[in-house]
Amino acid sequence: MTKKVNTPLSDETVENLEAGDRVLISGIIYTGRDAAHKRLAGMMERGEELPVDLKGQVIYYVGPCPAKPGQVIGSAGPTTSGRMDSFTPQLLDRGLKGMIGKGTRSKEVINSIVKNKAVYFAAIGGAGALLAETIKEAELVAFDDLGPEAVYRLRVEDFPAIVIIDCHGNNLYETGPKNFKLSGEEKQP
Amino acid sequence: MREINVELVTKTVEVLCIEANYKLPADVKNALEAAADREESPLGKEILMDILMNAEIASKKRVPLCQDTGLAVVFLELGQDVRLVGGDLYEAINEGVRRGYTNGYLRKSSVDDPFLLRKNTGDNTPAVIHTTIVPGDRVKIIVAPKGGGSENMSALGMLKPSDGVEGIKKFVVDTVERAGSNPCPPIIVGVGIGGTIEVAALIAKKALLRTLGEHNPNPAVAALEDDLLREINRLGIGPQGLGGRTTALAVNIETHPAHIASMPVAVNIQCHAARHREAVI
Repeated sequence: MTKKVNTPLSDETVENLEAGDRVLISGIIYTGRDAAHKRLAGMMERGEELPVDLKGQVIYYVGPCPAKPGQVIGSAGPTTSGRMDSFTPQLLDRGLKGMIGKGTRSKEVINSIVKNKAVYFAAIGGAGALLAETIKEAELVAFDDLGPEAVYRLRVEDFPAIVIIDCHGNNLYETGPKNFKLSGEEKQP
Repeated sequence: MREINVELVTKTVEVLCIEANYKLPADVKNALEAAADREESPLGKEILMDILMNAEIASKKRVPLCQDTGLAVVFLELGQDVRLVGGDLYEAINEGVRRGYTNGYLRKSSVDDPFLLRKNTGDNTPAVIHTTIVPGDRVKIIVAPKGGGSENMSALGMLKPSDGVEGIKKFVVDTVERAGSNPCPPIIVGVGIGGTIEVAALIAKKALLRTLGEHNPNPAVAALEDDLLREINRLGIGPQGLGGRTTALAVNIETHPAHIASMPVAVNIQCHAARHREAVI
């Protein structure tokens, strides 16, 4: 079923999401990928204030294309989340509530999602043109020098995603393929 | 000798970079449509339909299919009766990439060194250029933008000749299984068998350029392509790794003679945004 989700995320919203749900996300989300995560981790290590208060927020792992004239943003689909895994638990401990990306997460991230009552969504990788249609505003927040890896504040309307890991630790990447895996002599129906 | 000014190469590369990134090749679109018809997972089917809709939006609005517009991989087939004038050929190709990625509003995804500062070069250069000298007085240019997510899931193994076909199958299927959801399935699997370490990797990449639905001309290799596709689609990974029958759209294998002691196998994974455009000058 498809659920409407508004950001920032409350505990109640997160509790209501189950792995496998299709969602339409509306509100503010922040972009951030490899280089931005590395910088945020460095800032936290040095005890500096982060450019964004993470409480209840959602980070979208994306490095968009430049906007054409008249566009809000260029194509903007998810990048592989696993590369952010080593930085993620400390961001969740700081109040981050949701992540949008694609691909599997580490055990540490899944444990941290459960501990912090957070949620991991996937958007369709390679559907950057379609996803960009739901992004209505984009504003640079930090790390301008990183180009496509800078942090932007996006306002999205009905951004389509799928709940992959819910706050109970259910993981669609584990359960989904199991239903379709054929073993031994089993014939494809 | 036929003279070609390298400025023409630059202009051609510019157009190919843009068109490759805006338009999904017809064979890939057809394969995705057929997969959507067959897919048994309701979510998987919806995902395939969304991917097709994405291609329609990208083509109509002239925007990139995927934000990862890739490193610019350029295959150059240079006729030996061509004399290039007007400047440095490889600089001309890089200038084409620079113009294409700038004028086409494509993402610049190239960093200047792999492990030190990793500073973005700002114009997506340098291109990765593979040149072959061929008979004739023409220049064929293929631009195949390659995204990082699927490239990262690729693998190369120096198998023993005694590992045989079963060893090859296991290596390819294990690589795809390990990749799981990361390379944006449905994928296309390019396999290079034989040669030296770099030849295996290069022919695996070249295998990705083959039109989907066409097989290797050697019937035994073609049979292995079918076997591998069947086995991969039994894994259940499905569209985007969320479960389903469509994990790969095709397995394309290229082979090369090898050393008596060696059987290198390279697996180059390509996401569903399987982009390549070519032109002949």
